[in-house]
Amino acid sequence: MANDKTLNVEVWRGAEDGRFESFEVPARDSQTVLDVVSHIQRHLDETLTYRFACRVGMCGSCAMTVNGRPRWTCRTHVSRVARNGRLTIAPLRNLPVIKDLACDMTPFFDKWQQARAVFDPSTTRDDPVAAITPDSPKRREASAAIECINCAVCYAACDSVTWNPDYLGPAALNRAWTLVNDQRDADQRARRAAIMSDAGCGNCHSHQSCTELCPNELNPTRSIAGLKRLAMKNLFGGEPS
Amino acid sequence: MTGRAYALQRLSALVLIPLALIHLGLTLYAFHDGLTAAEILSRTRGSMFWGLFYSLFILAIGLHGTIGLQTILRESLKLSRKAAGMAAGIAGLLLIIAGLYAVAAVLLP
Amino acid sequence: MNPRPVSRPALYWAAMLPGGSGLALMLFLPAHFFVLSRAIDGEAALADTLSWTDHPIVRLAEAVLIFLFAVHIFGGLRVLALELLPWRDGQKTFAAAAIAGAILAAGLLIVTG
Repeated sequence: MANDKTLNVEVWRGAEDGRFESFEVPARDSQTVLDVVSHIQRHLDETLTYRFACRVGMCGSCAMTVNGRPRWTCRTHVSRVARNGRLTIAPLRNLPVIKDLACDMTPFFDKWQQARAVFDPSTTRDDPVAAITPDSPKRREASAAIECINCAVCYAACDSVTWNPDYLGPAALNRAWTLVNDQRDADQRARRAAIMSDAGCGNCHSHQSCTELCPNELNPTRSIAGLKRLAMKNLFGGEPS
Repeated sequence: MTGRAYALQRLSALVLIPLALIHLGLTLYAFHDGLTAAEILSRTRGSMFWGLFYSLFILAIGLHGTIGLQTILRESLKLSRKAAGMAAGIAGLLLIIAGLYAVAAVLLP
Repeated sequence: MNPRPVSRPALYWAAMLPGGSGLALMLFLPAHFFVLSRAIDGEAALADTLSWTDHPIVRLAEAVLIFLFAVHIFGGLRVLALELLPWRDGQKTFAAAAIAGAILAAGLLIVTG
């Protein structure tokens, strides 16, 4: 029973076919969801598995599903999300569950590679440094989307990934967009093929959950809209520039 | 959805916007002015312009709806790309046939 | 069966509108075409059909069609603007405006038509 002094916390235990387990956690001022999970593991059930690292909102390791939405638990204050002193914590959606609150990030990174969201240099260290104007339209587009740290919150938030498990997802496509706009990159053709594939940007329905939930305030929907515009140009034989 | 399918879907949407609005406008005009069946048909029968207009309209709807339906079938019923494409293709084809039949009905003298 | 809860924010529903109305339209349009193809039997047949269209059920069906069409085109225009025009913030406002526009247009059309 939850009162002002305790929280009623449902935590996912097990793998895909697991179940929720209830814990009662003392409520404290300025408590974060990570504090809650840590308390459970340290004082109530040492077998609880979860992931974290910096605990100050920089690394993205502590991402979990809190009351239905993927968030960085170290940056989620209990007071902002608890309803009537209740919390539900589960692993990230759209990724295989290893155990309890830890998911397997492998598919997320595999799709990163699949989308060719990887910089392919066109010069060597012996060539002069490329002169990139920060104000050029392309560079501005790239810079706006560049701060992704691969936390997979957007990927977990994405309904299109749930509906099509092959979909490359918002993070990979967002990064691919930055590279499409990178004049130094040499891999545009292969990247273009990946983006326009059946697993590519056509899957996005612009729900914008990714944009709403990105802890770094990025906008994958906007990046993917940029890729969609390329798809339209391609139809009329426009060549990648 | 491949980039090409996506682009065709959006392109057909852009084509449909003016066509559909004109069609809607015409319908409202006809109903408002209380045109009889005979009067409507006298304007459509034998008209090359309206024949082309409505044929394009139907074809664009067929393309737009087929691609859309395929996406819905894949995402909600988890059909494979091929199965969804076939089902949507058949539905779209039937729609086009029914539509062109209706166009012929009001067009041919 | 996935017991883990998933949130459904407003833009999720806004995105559903063109899809849902599109599906409904694809189911509805054949009936609409049928009414027109009755004309192939001659004007008299069409006249019969049109007086048949005074029938409340048919009027209701046509009203539903207009509503579906309004929802579809306004929802679709929002998507096209979102994807093809330069990005503008305030997408929730756009979504709300599209829904409001669709309801308003449909209402007007049904009342005056």
